[in-house]
Amino acid sequence: MTSVLYDAPGPGAKRRNIVYSVLFLVVLALGVWWIYSAMSDKGQLEWAKWSPFTESQAWTTYLLPGLVNTLKAAGLALVIALPLGVLFGIARLSDHRWVRAPAGVVVEFFRAIPVLILMVFANQLYAEYTDISTDTRPLYAVVTGLVLYNASVLAEVVRAGILSLPKGQTEAAKAIGLRKGQTMRAILLPQSVTAMLPALVSQLVVIVKDTALGGALLSFTELLSARKTLAANYGNVIPSFIVVAVIFILLNLLLTTFASWLEKRLRRAKRSTGAVLTGATMDDLGATGTPAGLGPMSKTDRATGDTGGGGG
Amino acid sequence: MFDFLEGYDLLGAFWVTVKLAVFSGIGSLVLGTILAAMRVSPVPLMRGFATVYVNVVRNIPLTVIIVFASLGLADVFGITLGAADDFDALSFRLAILGLTAYTAAFVCEAIRSGINTVPVGQAEAARAIGLNFTQVLSLIVLPQAFRSVIGPLTNVLIALTKNTTVAAAIGVAEAALLMKEMIENESQLILISAIFAFGFVVLTLPTGLILGWLGKRVAVKR
Repeated sequence: MTSVLYDAPGPGAKRRNIVYSVLFLVVLALGVWWIYSAMSDKGQLEWAKWSPFTESQAWTTYLLPGLVNTLKAAGLALVIALPLGVLFGIARLSDHRWVRAPAGVVVEFFRAIPVLILMVFANQLYAEYTDISTDTRPLYAVVTGLVLYNASVLAEVVRAGILSLPKGQTEAAKAIGLRKGQTMRAILLPQSVTAMLPALVSQLVVIVKDTALGGALLSFTELLSARKTLAANYGNVIPSFIVVAVIFILLNLLLTTFASWLEKRLRRAKRSTGAVLTGATMDDLGATGTPAGLGPMSKTDRATGDTGGGGG
Repeated sequence: MFDFLEGYDLLGAFWVTVKLAVFSGIGSLVLGTILAAMRVSPVPLMRGFATVYVNVVRNIPLTVIIVFASLGLADVFGITLGAADDFDALSFRLAILGLTAYTAAFVCEAIRSGINTVPVGQAEAARAIGLNFTQVLSLIVLPQAFRSVIGPLTNVLIALTKNTTVAAAIGVAEAALLMKEMIENESQLILISAIFAFGFVVLTLPTGLILGWLGKRVAVKR
């Protein structure tokens, strides 16, 4: 293990590192012990509170339907937001000011507003002006909020993807006489799609996390609100939180791992154009916002970071 | 047209939003810097702990964290953060705790990316004149790293400002909760939503502009 910050440890440093390790281990152990004793004090470690998770009923009645709803909302949001995002991303790159400017305003506006505000707005909008039944309304509201926000984030991803292509691509397309639309459709988009894929998969993590907002505030029956009814039934607040958190972590780790595998693969396969938007470039702060250029910055990251970021 | 605003404390709600953002911004900056230092430290155990923390916390929805702070930490474990009888103060502090724990993971990643932009030669030179790890990090690397990550940190701060709305889930009287209450009671959906949207644009836009300008000004030119 070498780093910029320290040399390969010599005998003295090794001894010191062991001392630090032991000290840190003690602190960590104290923390774990404190959590353990607090949990056993409050009876949260009793088998009765954990046993429901070993039976199929807790899963089939509460957790799995919640998970299905979470995935349904996230999937719908991605499927609707993606074409919208592509549309707005391309519109922002238009040669005509009257196309570019409004698209820019729309994208920047929806990125500046919290997803929750968008969801609450959509929920009330559907309640007042449509006859969507109260059962399905939360799903509609959650998906609408997610679409409005993520379409504008994806628009920036698309724009960064297209801008990251070498200029020669457009020039060559012009040289063989393609029109602007043809250049975009046949040359730029297909290439930027592969560059964008990892960032798209990472954005899915953000969408999955944001569905939980609907559960907490709009009575959307996703995983977090499934936990509520589960805990009301079995009286296991802490265990139910731990199980739900673990499900979210596993699901999102799966997506993150897939994104970085995809990125590595694409980077290897496309050495000539070189542009791959990393998940880190477009990584998002969960409920809202898109901090750009997090994670180790490669040259491409920094080049695309400006356009990708500013997530509001 | 704006008569219906009479009965609502609009500025008060946005003031709570600002306070949430400022307190948890400071908290997550401190915790995030400590985590980043741990992530690059020579002690494998600390590196491992910080890596696990970042990866776990980043993948849990903020909503789950904040609801857990209220139902788990406060209700079950009885952690009151010095506000045992005052429900409003308690949920306000719990929200700050949750926001800080969550945002720190992102601050940590931002700072780590900044550490990666500092040229190897800088740290090598610092070591050559006999500075130890703590000195290299605090005197040479972190000051430069901070200046190069003002951009990403600004985005984290802006996202944090928007994330404060999640505190509505545990009843903190901030902007999102007031908006929910107002549109349910008044028949002015579009107008009320526009006011709150405008409020958040006002909060986030100047932050981005000012800190973006500052980031360009103090960036280490290489």
